[in-house]
Amino acid sequence: MKIGILGIQGAYHKHAEMLRSLGVEPLIIRYNAQLEEISALIIPGGESTAFSMQLSFRLDFEKVRDFALSHPVFGTCAGMIMLGKGDNDPRVRQLKLMDFTVLRNAYGAQTESFTAELDLTLNGEKSAFHGVFIRAPRIDSLGEKVKVLARHGTEPVMAEQGHFLAASFHPELSGDGRIHRYFIERITT
Amino acid sequence: MEKGSYEVKVGLAEMLKGGVIMDVTNVEQAKIAEDSGAAAVMALERIPADIRQYGGIARMSDPEMILKIKEAVSIPVMAKCRIGHFAEAQILEELGIDFIDESEVLTPADEENHIWKHDFKAPFVCGCRDLGEALRRIGEGAAMIRTKGEAGTGDIVEAVRHMRQVNREIRKLQMMDKEELMAEAKRLGAPFEIVQIVAQKGKLPVPNFAAGGVATPADASLMMQLGAEAVFVGSGIFKSDDPQERANAIVKAVTYYKDPAVLLEVSRGLKEAMVGIAAKSLPEAEQLAKRGW
Repeated sequence: MKIGILGIQGAYHKHAEMLRSLGVEPLIIRYNAQLEEISALIIPGGESTAFSMQLSFRLDFEKVRDFALSHPVFGTCAGMIMLGKGDNDPRVRQLKLMDFTVLRNAYGAQTESFTAELDLTLNGEKSAFHGVFIRAPRIDSLGEKVKVLARHGTEPVMAEQGHFLAASFHPELSGDGRIHRYFIERITT
Repeated sequence: MEKGSYEVKVGLAEMLKGGVIMDVTNVEQAKIAEDSGAAAVMALERIPADIRQYGGIARMSDPEMILKIKEAVSIPVMAKCRIGHFAEAQILEELGIDFIDESEVLTPADEENHIWKHDFKAPFVCGCRDLGEALRRIGEGAAMIRTKGEAGTGDIVEAVRHMRQVNREIRKLQMMDKEELMAEAKRLGAPFEIVQIVAQKGKLPVPNFAAGGVATPADASLMMQLGAEAVFVGSGIFKSDDPQERANAIVKAVTYYKDPAVLLEVSRGLKEAMVGIAAKSLPEAEQLAKRGW
């Protein structure tokens, strides 16, 4: 099994390192044809405007969306923005696959970027997780079909809906593979 | 909750990888950069090519102009302060800048010392010509390293020299016995603990970007193939004849840096690149890369 990572721009190598450490082969995705080789896709952090501008060249927005309709997808930070809805900025083309709205850069400039201990719930078990938030987006409103898997205080920061998973923080930067492992287990079951 | 830790500083540098950071001097240029898919912009009153032409003292840009650019785009905005000028850096941090470039392109304020960057919540990028310089800057708290190249020339030769030099010295460290690392740290003039980390990992502990002299999609691809993790383009875009088209082309050339078919496609029919000056023809006093210690 190979897991693809959108390789337009951003922290795709960090996700690749994490997948390798968990025994899964990553494939950096930049071409339509590569989507046929993978079982699931990660959309990494980076700039959602930069992703949007290039998703009509060798890798098409529509092909990514078609793939996502039938395969697991995990978005972190900018990846969460791509999976969500409600950003009315023409510079960002959201896939609109998950039922929540997001606000980009909702905490402010980089000087407001932070780390915090999160309350994570995976497979019914609660634990703490070191969350790294970089110019992070915020979930503005949540639809009924969306399950919250992690919170910072009371605020939802990780969500699940069907075969989609989204986090406003960066589990690929924390050196803790539990969330990636959870995503991998969902693909194989 | 902790703000401005080293972890989140390096984290933002990670997010910029695989992207292009473009020098812009006004809101219109910033929007062109963002629309082309730039990962960030560097706001400055004069791009390096013009700094060379005007001469005089080059200082931090007017905060008013930086704030206008911040309002116009949603991508990160960087700005430059002079080497050692921590008061300029304090002003940039206060206005909410996303990244500070302690840059040799501006006239240095201190000819012995750089800024103690650990004191700031905003992350810093610094230029280097070799591994020792890179590791001294990391020791002071830089969250990203870039080659100096020779800014404002459109000549890629110095950026290539600096990238190859850093990579060659990293490979040398990897081959050394642990007994040899202290002497090598002494030779490099670099903090020993960071030398040990680089010897073990075979790469810098922070992202390593290319800058200084990038003018064409091929230049950008060359630097990526030499190991750069992202590319800064200073004068190369807005000193060319069709900035929007060149910006689009360089962004694609960085993402598809290993694909000659894409490089050919984006290089075809581009209008004139910036005119450029051979870095070799510059008298020593005009070589910006020599600034920094």
